[in-house]
Amino acid sequence: MKLLLIDDERDFIETMEKRFKFRKIDVTAAGSGAQALEILGREEFDVAILDVRMPGMDGLDTLKEIKKRHPLMEVIMLTGHGSVESGARGMSLGAYDYVLKPVDFSVLLDKVEMAYERKLLNVAKNA
Amino acid sequence: MERDSYKRLRLKIIGATLGFSFVPLALMAITFYAKLESTYFNKVNANLRNLAENKKETIDLFLNERISQLTTLAFTESFADLSREDYLEKVFSVIQIHSKSFIDLGVIDESGRSVAYCGPYQLIDLNYSKERWFQEAMAKGLYVSDVFLGFRKYPHFIIAVTRREGDKSWILRATIDSDIFDSMVRNVDLGARGDAFIINREGVLQTKPRNGQAVLEKIDFPVYQEFAGTRLKEMTVNGAQGLYALTWLNKKGWLLVLRDDPKEEFLPVLSARRLLLAAIGCAALLIITGAVIIANAMVSEVVKAEREKAALDANLTQQSKMAALGKMAAGVAHEVNNPLAIIMEMAGWMRDLLSEEEMKESENYKEFENALTKIEFHVRRAKDVTHRLLGFARRMEPLQEDVNVNMLLDQTRSFLENEANFREIAIVSDYQKDLPRITSDTAQLQQVFLNIIDNAIDAVGKDGTITISTRHLAEQGKVAVSIKDSGPGIPKDVLERLFDPFFTTKRVGEGTGLGLTISYSIIEKLGGEIHVESREGEGATFNILLPDK
Repeated sequence: MKLLLIDDERDFIETMEKRFKFRKIDVTAAGSGAQALEILGREEFDVAILDVRMPGMDGLDTLKEIKKRHPLMEVIMLTGHGSVESGARGMSLGAYDYVLKPVDFSVLLDKVEMAYERKLLNVAKNA
Repeated sequence: MERDSYKRLRLKIIGATLGFSFVPLALMAITFYAKLESTYFNKVNANLRNLAENKKETIDLFLNERISQLTTLAFTESFADLSREDYLEKVFSVIQIHSKSFIDLGVIDESGRSVAYCGPYQLIDLNYSKERWFQEAMAKGLYVSDVFLGFRKYPHFIIAVTRREGDKSWILRATIDSDIFDSMVRNVDLGARGDAFIINREGVLQTKPRNGQAVLEKIDFPVYQEFAGTRLKEMTVNGAQGLYALTWLNKKGWLLVLRDDPKEEFLPVLSARRLLLAAIGCAALLIITGAVIIANAMVSEVVKAEREKAALDANLTQQSKMAALGKMAAGVAHEVNNPLAIIMEMAGWMRDLLSEEEMKESENYKEFENALTKIEFHVRRAKDVTHRLLGFARRMEPLQEDVNVNMLLDQTRSFLENEANFREIAIVSDYQKDLPRITSDTAQLQQVFLNIIDNAIDAVGKDGTITISTRHLAEQGKVAVSIKDSGPGIPKDVLERLFDPFFTTKRVGEGTGLGLTISYSIIEKLGGEIHVESREGEGATFNILLPDK
């Protein structure tokens, strides 16, 4: 499974990266929406974890772009906003699920795995 | 302070109403009265003047007639004829046919001896040569006397006419009945206390006035030079204050005096004045009553409006406070969330590292493990706070469900029953059985009920009662839920801040101070109201009103 982490908080993303790697998950970090799209242009990923609130291109805009270009990739929204609305909007734009910050890592891990399963299922269906 | 300003407002309204009513009323009354009085005064004066002039004319006419009669007689008859008593008698009786005002008739020769006489007295052979009237008559040809007693000792006055016949002069003299003259003078339409009399130049009464004085009495009357026309004077004579009309007779130097009692004449004016005063009194009473009623009504309207405004203000203040705090809370929560997330992940990463075999053998493994657990515990605690803050801040549309409030309350209380039993607190339910179902959000309502019952348990502490009652207020279209505890009550200063966020009376770490804030905003979103009644020492009652539709 290839995982893309998108968040503007460097400390957060670095730690997350380490924790996923510790669990032998292939993870790449992106500091902004634009950088994420650039990385996605080069490589293919299975699941992305995307922060809603980011400077510049925000999470929802990035989500729209990602869904346009890579419809099969699953996205889990990460919201520090605590607002169910932005989570719900993300879902309506095609996100797999949303998680409130601060995240319980094990919960996030479960969701990532489930998202990956769905991605595999969708790929199989489309094949 | 406020009460004072209402009192002042009330007085101002009363004052203004009274001022604007009484000033025109008084002006009108005064003008009306003054006009009436002056009109009446003029009328009375004119009336008196008229009477005096008419009377004067009558008296002058009377004297004139008498003089003419005598003159005619004297110049048509001869001394020889008239000296005969029987002839004189005959002439006298002819005169008497027309006028009974003569008492007697006499003929006096130039030596002053009475030659002939006819009348009730025996006045033959008297000699008048020393009498003043005789001398005056001889000198002037005509003489009208003042009233005097004379030989007969009875007040009378005489008219004497002198005729020259050849080289002799003789006098025809008549006496006027003073009773007839008196009554003619006195007979004036002047009311009970009016009077009419004649005085001569010396102020001696020539006729008998009504007031009981006698003829020939000298009265204390101001002396006037003769004047033409009629004068009106207000003066006091013999202690009798009155309006006097004075006019000199043409035929004789006599002053005709008519007296009118202004008190009597002005009786109608006085009664009009009394009537006016009574009317003004009634009007004043009405106006004052009206002013007081209007003032009271206006002030109570103002008080009502102010109260409503104050309630509205308080409500608006509370709402805007909530909105502002909601925004702030969301901001703070969000800013705190990111660092919290990082701390959480760092701790997680450390836990990941600790799980490696070689770390487990490290001597401080237990310490690290404990520290991490504590960090994670407290981050979760902080997370709880931020999430509740965000929950308070978010504007989520409440669900529209069919809610049985009684059942929901039972369910809620079952969550807290263990805690209550443990603290020996009895929870009593007093539900209205046929309470209508309402449309609301079950989960949010339950959160409110939980919050309030939980607070009630904390307030009671140990050994007490919590009463939960429900009522349908059909006429208000509301369902009322009240939760009453037997706790120590809420002090006034706490009561005011009860719904403020982060306001808590619990110990640090036990309460976030958001429970009632969230309850308030939930109930508001559900279209209801929440109120607290409490007095220190008497427990507290939370009343929740929800729309019954």
